[in-house]
Amino acid sequence: MKILVCISKTPDTTAKIAFTDNNTKFDAAGVQWIINPNDEYYGLVRAVELKEADPSATIHLINVGGADADAIIRKALALGGDEAIRINTESADSFGIATQIAQVARENNYDLIFLGKETIDYNGSSVGGMVAELLDLPYISLATKFELAGTTATVTREIEGGEEVCTVSLPVVISCTKGMAEQRIPNMRGIMAARTKPLKVVEPVAADTLTQVAAFSLPPAKAGVKLVDADNVQELVRLLHEEAKVI
Amino acid sequence: MSVLIFIDINDEGSVKKTSFEVLTYGAKLARQLGVPAEGVVLAPVKEDLPALGKYGVQKIYQVQHEALAHFDAQVYTSAIAQVAEKTGATVLVFSNNTDGKALAPRLSARLKAGLVSGAVALPDTGDAFTVKKSVFSGKAFADIKITTPIKIITLNPNSFSIEVGEGTAETASVEVTLDAPKVKILNVNRQSSEVPLAEAELVVSGGRGMKGPENWGILEDLAKALNAALACSRPVADAHWRPHNEHVGQTGGAIAPNLYLAVGISGAIQHLAGVNRSKVIVVVNKDPEAPFFKAADYGIVGDLFEVVPKLTEAVKQLKG
Repeated sequence: MKILVCISKTPDTTAKIAFTDNNTKFDAAGVQWIINPNDEYYGLVRAVELKEADPSATIHLINVGGADADAIIRKALALGGDEAIRINTESADSFGIATQIAQVARENNYDLIFLGKETIDYNGSSVGGMVAELLDLPYISLATKFELAGTTATVTREIEGGEEVCTVSLPVVISCTKGMAEQRIPNMRGIMAARTKPLKVVEPVAADTLTQVAAFSLPPAKAGVKLVDADNVQELVRLLHEEAKVI
Repeated sequence: MSVLIFIDINDEGSVKKTSFEVLTYGAKLARQLGVPAEGVVLAPVKEDLPALGKYGVQKIYQVQHEALAHFDAQVYTSAIAQVAEKTGATVLVFSNNTDGKALAPRLSARLKAGLVSGAVALPDTGDAFTVKKSVFSGKAFADIKITTPIKIITLNPNSFSIEVGEGTAETASVEVTLDAPKVKILNVNRQSSEVPLAEAELVVSGGRGMKGPENWGILEDLAKALNAALACSRPVADAHWRPHNEHVGQTGGAIAPNLYLAVGISGAIQHLAGVNRSKVIVVVNKDPEAPFFKAADYGIVGDLFEVVPKLTEAVKQLKG
């Protein structure tokens, strides 16, 4: 079984969000980069668990990005995975990323493609569905559980106000969310092994650009909290009813 | 040229609330562009479709096919693509809900149509076609220009007010050719009595300050009095005090209710990422230094075990 896990590089969850170049680019100055948590905690860790259950499985990691992504790719390799592929291009939009991933997937015939439910920077939740469509594969989004018996997967996915359990034959593309697996911390052996695992750098194929960022903006600052005394909760209810008009 | 709005139906045959939002949004966009607003329904539906005209949609295409009995992103994508091609749709509108997140990207790739997911406002359709969306987990916005002839937008739930007017929609059936779905549904587990969290206008949420799952009764009472949905912070879901689907935050669900009432949650930046699009945030915490107060509109510094029952009583009094 061959598993492909897609890894995005995102700013740390606590990074200060600011923009440069007349608000058209993210200000990366001083930003700590991490593996997109949805890719790492859910997609990657679940793939590693599947390989632990079936050591004949191979895991490839894929990232679309420049050489500055190598550090987070090594971190991902420390958690697991046999080798990594970096498509050497700064993607213009999600369709560009999906086109590159689909090209590698076509060449390698993966049984399973895992991604996080979304990146925490662009919140697009788009690449998984695009890859599935480009490969003409089924796509199960927002998966919270994934079990495999032979070539049949049983997957639980989120729906509004509940969940749905379904089965599908491999190959399949899965976007992963909370519940799939638990966050792991790489151990020293993993970190040492990651240094020598192959990280192939592949040049991109031509890809269409369907969208472009015109400008970023920050939400208006909050006016500040209005505190109500703990002995006077009726006042809070009055404010919510008469001032905020939400109840 | 038309705006085609995906009308999402739940497994019980009812139109989802998020569909009323996208119908309103799509109809306004169609008026802005001077083209017809049309809807498409794929799943079996129990409701009266012509009545959806009151949200501004003029025509609804209905596709009836055995392959559409249950949601499958691949088959649904094929059906919508065929309807879009037959009807000459130039803008496709979805909710950014669970089904929209599965369908819109597939259609984007299939139709080579630029996608903006998580839109929070109507597009600017002057010189270009630019859509404002939420990015960096609610900490910023981006105006995204779609540069393709066909455009796709998914609208964030609870970010556009539903408007009801007069009108009846014409209905028409469309024939499509579909393969059998590759995904088979085994079962659906739904807490049917409760408001789905992503669609809820009011949300009551509990954190570690609740001290244990046995104490959730007071939050349930408050949620019931308000007719609110329940949510929780990540430590609460990780400790299995509450189910994962109630977890909101960076790695849980992202919500944008009218009221987010956080009880015993300190307000770590990862939690705020899931809730900072809420219109009004109320924080109840015994620690006056809790970072959540900086992001809140209203707050009470106090013992939640005393404050919450009093709040429930005050809400009940208000509602009489």
